[in-house]
Amino acid sequence: MEIYQDIILDHYRNPRNFKAIPSCPCHGEAKNPTCGDRLAIDVSVKDGVIDDIGFQGVGCAISQAAASLLTEHVKGKSVTWALALGPKDVLGLLGVTLSPTRMKCALLSLETLKKAIKKR
Amino acid sequence: MKNIQGMKNDFPIFRHHPDLTYLDSAATALKPETVIDAVSGYYETLSTNVGRGLYPLAEETTARMEGTREKTARFIGADTEEVIFTHGTTESMNLLASVLADRVKRDDNIVVTAMEHHSNFLPWERLARERGAELRVIPLSADGSIDMEILRNHVGSETSIFAFPAVSNVLGTINPVAAFVREAKRLNPGILTIVDAAQAAGHVAIDVREWDCDFLAFSGHKMFGPTGVGILYGKRGILETLPPYQVGGGMVLDVYPNPPAAGRACASIYKDIPHRFEAGTPDIAAIIGFGAAIDFIGGIGGSAIREHEIGITRYALDRLRSSFGADITIYGPEKAEDRGGLVSFTLSGVHPHDLAQVLGEKNIAIRAGEHCAAPLHRALDIPATARVSFSVYTEEGDVDRLIDGMRDARKIFNI
Repeated sequence: MEIYQDIILDHYRNPRNFKAIPSCPCHGEAKNPTCGDRLAIDVSVKDGVIDDIGFQGVGCAISQAAASLLTEHVKGKSVTWALALGPKDVLGLLGVTLSPTRMKCALLSLETLKKAIKKR
Repeated sequence: MKNIQGMKNDFPIFRHHPDLTYLDSAATALKPETVIDAVSGYYETLSTNVGRGLYPLAEETTARMEGTREKTARFIGADTEEVIFTHGTTESMNLLASVLADRVKRDDNIVVTAMEHHSNFLPWERLARERGAELRVIPLSADGSIDMEILRNHVGSETSIFAFPAVSNVLGTINPVAAFVREAKRLNPGILTIVDAAQAAGHVAIDVREWDCDFLAFSGHKMFGPTGVGILYGKRGILETLPPYQVGGGMVLDVYPNPPAAGRACASIYKDIPHRFEAGTPDIAAIIGFGAAIDFIGGIGGSAIREHEIGITRYALDRLRSSFGADITIYGPEKAEDRGGLVSFTLSGVHPHDLAQVLGEKNIAIRAGEHCAAPLHRALDIPATARVSFSVYTEEGDVDRLIDGMRDARKIFNI
């Protein structure tokens, strides 16, 4: 299966929520050592709900598109709901199957998001 | 240039994967039939342990392993007793860092370069930290080489260890090993020089006497041998003064229960070098297969291999530059003659990981990422590179397929 579907290329070229939230206490960072991808996510939480979110990073299309899709997905949702997300949910957003190595690229965003939320 | 053609026939993997374009030989070289046969032949016809048995099969196994030690010694210009079998370059370096620990005093420094593979960086980084010593990292010049003047600013009378690669696994830079060792010893006659030859062995000639390094390490699997065998060379006079690394079977002559018998300082008597450093049953099959790998290289000729790799590297550099112009950034020395058989690059608009994925779907195997050299990528200020690396079985057609695949990748990303 061709993994570079339009949705992935679209989010890679035009990432949503690509920003830092200044002086945000919920800040998470993670790195994928095999490919050098780096992500940082800021989460703004009000009354247990993610009311704003921003990510920044450098990396491959999979890691950056997954981060963009994930930030859209969790915006407006509760942190409890976001913390319960798993690998299958990220794959569902991407709409492709990935090899174990590329799964690490896709899941970097989820790891970073959870790190950020747990700073709360 | 001696023509090395049709070498793919010697490598069974191409019978199973006829469409494979393998450009990741710096990660591990493919295995020729003779090496695979030597490994399976050991299990089929010998299958005994080394060093202990008194029956013919075990004696034959010991003879094969020690025969490989002699071949290895000739391969690098050492004495047989100076060749220690390990499980790979990583273990060789960790072994060294362990047995050399006492040589590093507080406020000494250990010098490495910015082009290290992690296996020749982390053991020294940890040792320096544990001993209260300073780790100094020699920065690189713009062309990916090490300037002798910069080296002089880092190595000094307090430098206990200077470790560096013979060939960079990312930049391809071939370091002037003999000149570095000579200069380091001029600056501090007591210095220990350690050469990571993982990317040199089987590609460029190694002569430990000419290089005059104190230690040198490489892996079997990067030079057509099996995984699981590595080499550590050490100068006899230094090895003889060093303590064992691991203790156990095979490295000891006699063991006494505690307390030691009267008048004995030590409860156990260790074997002489090299066996003192080889506790436990080694990877016998891999060592015997490694012997076949040295024979394979000898059958082609080291200089013919080098010329072939220069030729294919030059072809790759020319085609990459002419096909992608300003859109490609190639790292390391400009000329093929100054490189090992590898090229690392970034292509604008396509992340190396995505490029490797697109090429992988076309059966073109390249490496993408940091290549176990994070400090170097920090120094270059890039997150990742794509790397293509060559061997005797690489043909110009493989490079052509790479170029076509890279063009397709750019189309996918609309460039």
